Amino acid sequence: MVNLAGYLVQAGEMALVLALAPAVTGLTRKLKARLLRKKGPPLLQPYLNLIRLMRKDAVLADNASWLFRTAPYAIFAATWVAAALVPTFATGLMFSWSADLIAIIALLGSARFFLALAGLDIGTSFGGIGSSREMMIASLAEPAMIMIVFTLALIAGSTQLSTIAEVMLGGAVNLRVSLALAAVALILVAIAENGRIPIDNPATHLELTMVHEAMVLEYSGRHLAMIEFASSLKLLLYISLIACVFVPWGLAPMGSDLTAYAIGAGSYILKLCAGAALLAVFETMIAKMRVFRVPNFLGAALMLGLLGTLLLFVSGAL
Amino acid sequence: MTMAVVSELACVGALLALGALAVALARFAAASRLIYGLSFLVTSVACVVAVLALAAPASEIVLPLGLPWMGAHFRVDALTAFFLAVVNFGGAAASFYAIGYGAHEEEPARVLPFYPAFIAGMNLVVLAGDAFAFLLSWEFMSLTSWALVMSHHKDAENRRAGYVYLLMASFGTLCLLLAFGLLAGADGGYVFAQMHAHQLSATLAALVLGLALLGAGSKAGLFPLHVWLPMAHPAAPSHVSALMSGVMTKVAVYAFIRIVFDLVGFPDWWWSVVVLVLGGVTAVMGVLYALMQCDLKRLLAYSTVENIGIIFIGLGLALAFRANHMDGAAALALTGALLHVLNHAVFKSLLFFGAGAVLNATGLKDIEKLGGLIHRMRITSTAFLVGAVAISALPPFNGFVSEWLTFQAVLLSPQIPQWGLKLMVPTAGTMLALAAALAGACFVRGFGVSFLGRARSAAAAEAQEVDRFSLAAMTGLALLCLLLGILPAFAIDGLAPVVQGLVHAQMPRQLGVAWWTVVPIASSRSSYNGLLVFLFIAFSASMAVVFIHQLASRIVRRGPAWDCGTPSASTATQYTAGSFAQPIRRVFGSVVFRAREAVTMPAPGDGRPAVLNVSMTDLPWDVIYDPIRDAVNAATGWLNRLQFMTIRRYLTLVFMTLILLLLVLAIW
Repeated sequence: MVNLAGYLVQAGEMALVLALAPAVTGLTRKLKARLLRKKGPPLLQPYLNLIRLMRKDAVLADNASWLFRTAPYAIFAATWVAAALVPTFATGLMFSWSADLIAIIALLGSARFFLALAGLDIGTSFGGIGSSREMMIASLAEPAMIMIVFTLALIAGSTQLSTIAEVMLGGAVNLRVSLALAAVALILVAIAENGRIPIDNPATHLELTMVHEAMVLEYSGRHLAMIEFASSLKLLLYISLIACVFVPWGLAPMGSDLTAYAIGAGSYILKLCAGAALLAVFETMIAKMRVFRVPNFLGAALMLGLLGTLLLFVSGAL
Repeated sequence: MTMAVVSELACVGALLALGALAVALARFAAASRLIYGLSFLVTSVACVVAVLALAAPASEIVLPLGLPWMGAHFRVDALTAFFLAVVNFGGAAASFYAIGYGAHEEEPARVLPFYPAFIAGMNLVVLAGDAFAFLLSWEFMSLTSWALVMSHHKDAENRRAGYVYLLMASFGTLCLLLAFGLLAGADGGYVFAQMHAHQLSATLAALVLGLALLGAGSKAGLFPLHVWLPMAHPAAPSHVSALMSGVMTKVAVYAFIRIVFDLVGFPDWWWSVVVLVLGGVTAVMGVLYALMQCDLKRLLAYSTVENIGIIFIGLGLALAFRANHMDGAAALALTGALLHVLNHAVFKSLLFFGAGAVLNATGLKDIEKLGGLIHRMRITSTAFLVGAVAISALPPFNGFVSEWLTFQAVLLSPQIPQWGLKLMVPTAGTMLALAAALAGACFVRGFGVSFLGRARSAAAAEAQEVDRFSLAAMTGLALLCLLLGILPAFAIDGLAPVVQGLVHAQMPRQLGVAWWTVVPIASSRSSYNGLLVFLFIAFSASMAVVFIHQLASRIVRRGPAWDCGTPSASTATQYTAGSFAQPIRRVFGSVVFRAREAVTMPAPGDGRPAVLNVSMTDLPWDVIYDPIRDAVNAATGWLNRLQFMTIRRYLTLVFMTLILLLLVLAIW
């Protein structure tokens, strides 16, 4: 029975992230538009966009290779698997043992690797500039993320996300300096990884400052749909990650009854809304950075993560 | 039970005989296929014997060679068996690849005799059971590989590479000689078993560690002793480059493990700090150098430096745990390091084979002139892509597993009491993470610029796929990268006897766990299942493909590239390797390489193009090697005066020396 419930929760989780990801993107866009006193597109616009893109013919450049055509599916699949392994409304996912937090980060790394390659495939300067900058940002964001994982793992005694969430939920963890440092660092990394302002501007086109949009410039139709879906999933993943580690309340523990799952789902949707709202407010308040200021931003995240880890090495109570 | 050691020695003998045969046959056209084919057979047998010997008890044999009162000891224990397996696996792969690739060699007589001898030399180093046999084999290995580096000696750059290599190799051997001298002690027990029993004082043991780091480290490519490596490895023919990078550096790692984990006795805790610092610096510097290279084989050679750094981080962690009697954690760190030894041998051989195939097809090593090869060399490019993903430590391939194990070992270290280590271990973890992320950037650049985009030269535009043997070798290694990535439990359990012998503990048995999940300590703590991750990704990707193709659209139209409406026909408008690395050069290189960019802009109306000059310095050369060279030159110039003196002056010199010596004697 527990087994069946476990599989159901895992399947529900996979479906849920897929169903909710465009909504989070839509909500962020809507809120941002409202904050700028614009009307903004409807909440469901990202879904309509995805459907429209999927139905259109895919136009490939003459010299696009097989890698360019397969990369969107690989990127989508890797991101989806990563997102489905982050506890959203319940811990104790059936397959959470197949990849711990380090592996989830690395899966996102695999997705990025193929996206950057796809940017180089057509041989245009825009794709190249995007790939090159993306890898520069990643070269600092990934180690920062690993340091955050170290901090969390040293507090929880595990790199399994379910276990970390259960430890945080258990109330044994009080306020710690290292945890605060990790939280700040994680938010910085999440902003950079999702290409949000001040690192990158998801709304811009035809600007030399863009990173993510430059890499996917040559994509169209269903391929573009896959990539946009993957970036929505990535945003959802990071909000879920922050929520499940730092605000785990409401998560249904393994083998609980339906009410607990309902509460878990409800609180998860609330958390997503709060995350999207905070992101929209933050993006409206701040201006985009010059690309060579980004290393300072991410260097700060890396140092905060390292400091958190070092504090825990010095004393388990910090 | 001397079966294993006798059969391995028989294989070595066969390889040496092949070398001799090659001398006689080199002028025949068919010799290349024959020699490489036979080398493949012999190394395959040796590899299988070594794998079977992993779990067998140690066996030793004494041959009446070498020093008359000692003989030559050869020994196979678990550690030896593992490294024999790596050496012969790499040898077999390279030989198979060379059955096709070797046909393009212009002067086969300069390669064929040395090639089997080189593999035999590496086998002998690992097999040696006493210091005399070890050092002799070590020199044999260095000299045969030097001969292979010099096989294209008409190129001045290769001659310089050979010269630097010879100097560094002699220096390394000298250090190892002194280390063995200290280990043997005053009584001179040069057999490894005697050295193991001989207790050293703390100072002498530390000295041995330093000498082992210099001796084995210079061969492995530890920063700043790596300078010969990116010159020599690319100079050799590609299958030899693969052997030197993928396998010979591992023989050096073997020497380090043999001395520091086995012969010298129990470690002090601060040893691990030295090893961790060196490993961390080597990993990050290696990959940063790799990011700046435009020569594909040099890029791969620098990436070898990086991976050696990663292996030494694992070894340093194992030392730290062992010094604190945390044997289980030491076993985890050591397993990570050894697994990375195996993984790196697989993917670095694959990548060098790919670079060789590109060199063969286009005649180019400079990635700035390549591009678009994915259209013309489909299998090569796919195999190279797999190698690039694996070496960037991305799941579900094998590089990720070993780095993941090392990260898990870092997370076990807060219990270590020493403050130095408490600060050093997380820093080493950061270095490892940084190196892994930069390696991703490095291989996006390496693969993307050479295989993707549009061809930047006529040679690249007309490239043809290479021969079947090369393709089969690359495909096989690429499959192995995936297999080791999704089923690492088999390799980890295979390593258990090796680790058990060195740190008296081993990781829990992995094959018993459901779905062959890797569980380093306990499943509540951390686990990783490459197989499931791979299946999930494959499943979700194919679901997405089927779903969209069935329900939405499956039509593909081709058109010119969009490029924001202004596509340029010129291939020069693509991003180049230099421009791809520019952001990273600005972020890291301005400190590490003192990289400076200067733009020379002509005055308005002047028709000349603007020029961007990038200047970078190579710190080890500037700070260490050039001053040493200048000092040696100055000293020889000064001493040269001794050659042109009159007889009176010589007599005075002799007389003064005599007086001086008598004075010394009188005072002493």
